[in-house]
Amino acid sequence: MAKEPQHHTPPRWVDRLLTIVIAPHFLEDILGDLHEMYAQQARQGSARTARLRYLLASVRYIRPYFIKRKPRSYSPTYIFSPAMIRNYLKISLRTLGKNKAYSFINISGLAMGMAVAILIGLWIYDELSFDRYFKNHDRIAQVWQHQTFNGQIGTQTWLPFPIGDEIRRNYGADFKYVVMASWNNWHILANGDKKFNKSGSYIEPDAPEMFSLRMLRGTRASLKDPYSIMLSETIAKAFFGDADPIDKTMKIDNNLNVKVTGVYEDFPNNTTFRDMSFMMPWQLMVIANPWLKTMEDPWRPNAYQTFVQLIDKGDIDQASARIKDIKKRNINKEQLKYKPDVFLNPMSEWHLFSEFKEGQRVGGRIEFVWLFGTIGVFVLLLACINFMNLSTARSEKRAREVGIRKAVGSVRNQLVMQFFSESFLVVGLAFVLAVVLVTLCLPFFNEVADKKIAMPWSRPEFWAAGIGFSIVTAIIAGSYPAFYLSSFQPVKVLKGTFRAGRFAAVPRKVLVVVQFTVSIILIIGTAVVFRQIQFAKDRPVGYSRNGLISIFTSTPEIHKHFEAVRQDLKSNGAITEMAESGSPTTETWSSTSGFEWKGKDPEQSVDFYYDEVSYDYGKTVGWQFVQGRDFSREFATDSVALVVNETAVKFMGLRNPVDEPMTWFKKPYKIVGVIRDIVVNSPYAPARPQFFCISAGQGNVINLRLNPAASSSKSIEKIKSVFGKYDPGSPFEYEFIDERYARKFSDEVRIGKLTTFFSILAVLISCLGLFGVASFIAEQRTKEIGVRKVLGATVMSVWGLLSRDFVVLVCIAFLIATPGAYYFLNGWLQKYEYHTTISWWIFALTGLGTLLITLLTVSFQAIRAATMNPIRSLRSQ
Amino acid sequence: MKRTFLGEFEEIVLLVVAGCNEEAYGVTIWERVQESTGRAVSLSAVHATLYRLEEKGFLTSEMGGATAERGGRRKRFFSTTNYGNRALQEINEIRQQLWQAIPADKLQPKLSFS
Repeated sequence: MAKEPQHHTPPRWVDRLLTIVIAPHFLEDILGDLHEMYAQQARQGSARTARLRYLLASVRYIRPYFIKRKPRSYSPTYIFSPAMIRNYLKISLRTLGKNKAYSFINISGLAMGMAVAILIGLWIYDELSFDRYFKNHDRIAQVWQHQTFNGQIGTQTWLPFPIGDEIRRNYGADFKYVVMASWNNWHILANGDKKFNKSGSYIEPDAPEMFSLRMLRGTRASLKDPYSIMLSETIAKAFFGDADPIDKTMKIDNNLNVKVTGVYEDFPNNTTFRDMSFMMPWQLMVIANPWLKTMEDPWRPNAYQTFVQLIDKGDIDQASARIKDIKKRNINKEQLKYKPDVFLNPMSEWHLFSEFKEGQRVGGRIEFVWLFGTIGVFVLLLACINFMNLSTARSEKRAREVGIRKAVGSVRNQLVMQFFSESFLVVGLAFVLAVVLVTLCLPFFNEVADKKIAMPWSRPEFWAAGIGFSIVTAIIAGSYPAFYLSSFQPVKVLKGTFRAGRFAAVPRKVLVVVQFTVSIILIIGTAVVFRQIQFAKDRPVGYSRNGLISIFTSTPEIHKHFEAVRQDLKSNGAITEMAESGSPTTETWSSTSGFEWKGKDPEQSVDFYYDEVSYDYGKTVGWQFVQGRDFSREFATDSVALVVNETAVKFMGLRNPVDEPMTWFKKPYKIVGVIRDIVVNSPYAPARPQFFCISAGQGNVINLRLNPAASSSKSIEKIKSVFGKYDPGSPFEYEFIDERYARKFSDEVRIGKLTTFFSILAVLISCLGLFGVASFIAEQRTKEIGVRKVLGATVMSVWGLLSRDFVVLVCIAFLIATPGAYYFLNGWLQKYEYHTTISWWIFALTGLGTLLITLLTVSFQAIRAATMNPIRSLRSQ
Repeated sequence: MKRTFLGEFEEIVLLVVAGCNEEAYGVTIWERVQESTGRAVSLSAVHATLYRLEEKGFLTSEMGGATAERGGRRKRFFSTTNYGNRALQEINEIRQQLWQAIPADKLQPKLSFS
């Protein structure tokens, strides 16, 4: 029996093939006849021959006559004919025009989301293309070193003076170019009457070739002569206008005469060297500072940068491994305890991956790229969610339209096209609006983000990405109405028996929850970022910032007449005190080892901040003494006196620090005073030991305490005239220390501003969406509300009825967002050693705030629905 | 005589359909054609001819009579139209005329002894 069915049925695959081949109007009886024939033959003979003959018979049907389909008796519908496309667009425009509020919410919400995404995309592109300007960017590297201080491994770019020659001599085979460079310093450039204070470097002559400078005038070999200078385009323009600057002489810092030998195209903003506006030969620095050649221990001070370019096809890891011990081989024994490991940091990692912790690469700015990338994706997601949400909310309203359209003869595909053309139209308009918005916002955005991004109008990638994204959004957002709505049966819809399923609203609710989760996380994030900035700003700085100005000097004139200048300014009431220092008060540019004190472990490697200052420095900046006294001219021994901070005392473990003797590179010193910790360098880092001593020579910075009784602008005028009198060769440029201090926060403030901007947008977009959904729900329940009111419901109860659903959704969103936000922000805060805590009230306030905004948004609709006269809503039936 | 021309095989199929007492459909017609002509004919040829005759208006068809053997598929029963019947008659008449024109002894087998 089991064989029976097989006996009687011909091979399936043949049938399947025939079903495809034979035209439908022939199919039934042909297949029937074939099967009947097969059955007869199977009865008469063996099944095998029957199958074979069946196959042969079937093959004969593969001929044009049977394949050709019967022409339709009706003319086909032209879904894509120009007339229909025009019709789709016309109807879409009418639909948009009819529901102005809906269209506005939809288009503007989506446009804002897209604009944010475009801005962030441009920003990320700019970050990722950092330093790609240099032709050899894949083979250039900077030499860095890890050193162990105070038991921690620190990583830095500063290297000793002779390291360049050492690399060239011993490892020359690995590198095409080795270039030593000074730090980018401010110098006074002068040509005739024109004087500018600009930043530039002393650099070795291979640099132009290595950085593949685009020369506008002169050649890349322009730094060979020690008395030459290469200018960037901007500087050349500033000095010489359109005239040819080649061979013109310039004066640097009022004492070195050099000749312009080349002009190069400015480095773009997204390169590491964007502030290097001119280059001078390394040799010139050696000539100007003869002590460089006669240094007692040239391998000790780390003060220069080294750039290398690998040979073609060179392997950076191998080269890096080879030069690892270069310092250890040359430094004296005393220095060996710092364990200096030299390595190569490739150019591709400079900008985004150059943060090191304990000798390991731990990331860097790439975190911001991820942060903003995520925010961008989420804001865009919010906008898309809105779009879909509003479409689904409207779907029930448009069900009737679909019914009527179908009843009068619309084909399903035409409806699909109709809905798609609507969503394409909306997305298209939104994209155009977004591009306009981005164009308008870009200057503002550039300012906040410290960028020079231009709209990439001519980049095909930009348009491809934008249009591609628009198409995807349009298809995703339009697919629900297009495929779901168009499947309605007209009879059911028009009879009124159609009901969206019980779960039709579930995806919509999920989307609202997602939206608010993202918004709440962003709000909490913004709050915490600002709390952290404020926390660090409120940190006691240890001196007084108000009315303190600093002037950077690169010429010796003021130093020579220091007492005269001081007396002039004090007597005319411009200042109360002035003093010199090695670095501005907000920072410290030097650190030192070589301190010995009683009870120090001889193996311990230390690194203390130190600064050389003149007398009265403490009085000028307002040091707060805990013990002891300031430097004083009255004590002759104060040339070997030290003022230290509290952390230094704690670090050294001294009970009675005052008058404690110490040695610094074997020279005896004595602590005379202990001051409160001063915030130098990062305001988020814990205080480190810091020393001050009296300087024997000239400082880099002149600090002035303005007379609080006089107006600061008048005082500065006076200072300018006095400085001009003694140092006529230098342009007068000054800086308020509180402004300089505020710049320490610029990165955080920048993130703060950007996240604020994005969170406001996210909340706005979410609220727009909520508003739209609420209005549709209110409209849907008009009759219900009418009946309730007739039966005696109050405005309050109706309001509660309509708002409750949304409040529940926002509460769910809050519950999801809180742990997520806590997790991320806690991680972010841990990066700062001096950081605020995330208090519960931030969450509480955010939750309440969101709830309030939700209620306000929903209430507008709810109250309107609740106060409506029930007669009007019920009359229509 | 502006009738559509009928091919030999078409004429046979048409005659078979006309000659069927019971309802004629693909398989029965195919069998009859083979029986009466003694040639091996493919089912597809019969089908194609039947449909062509229907298109030309000599035949008409209706669906019905599904069996399990056919996998529940209906048969297409063919029957001749008036036009088809007249066409057969005309063909027959022409043939008759032509037959009658042949001298009586001409078709006799010729005996020759020389």
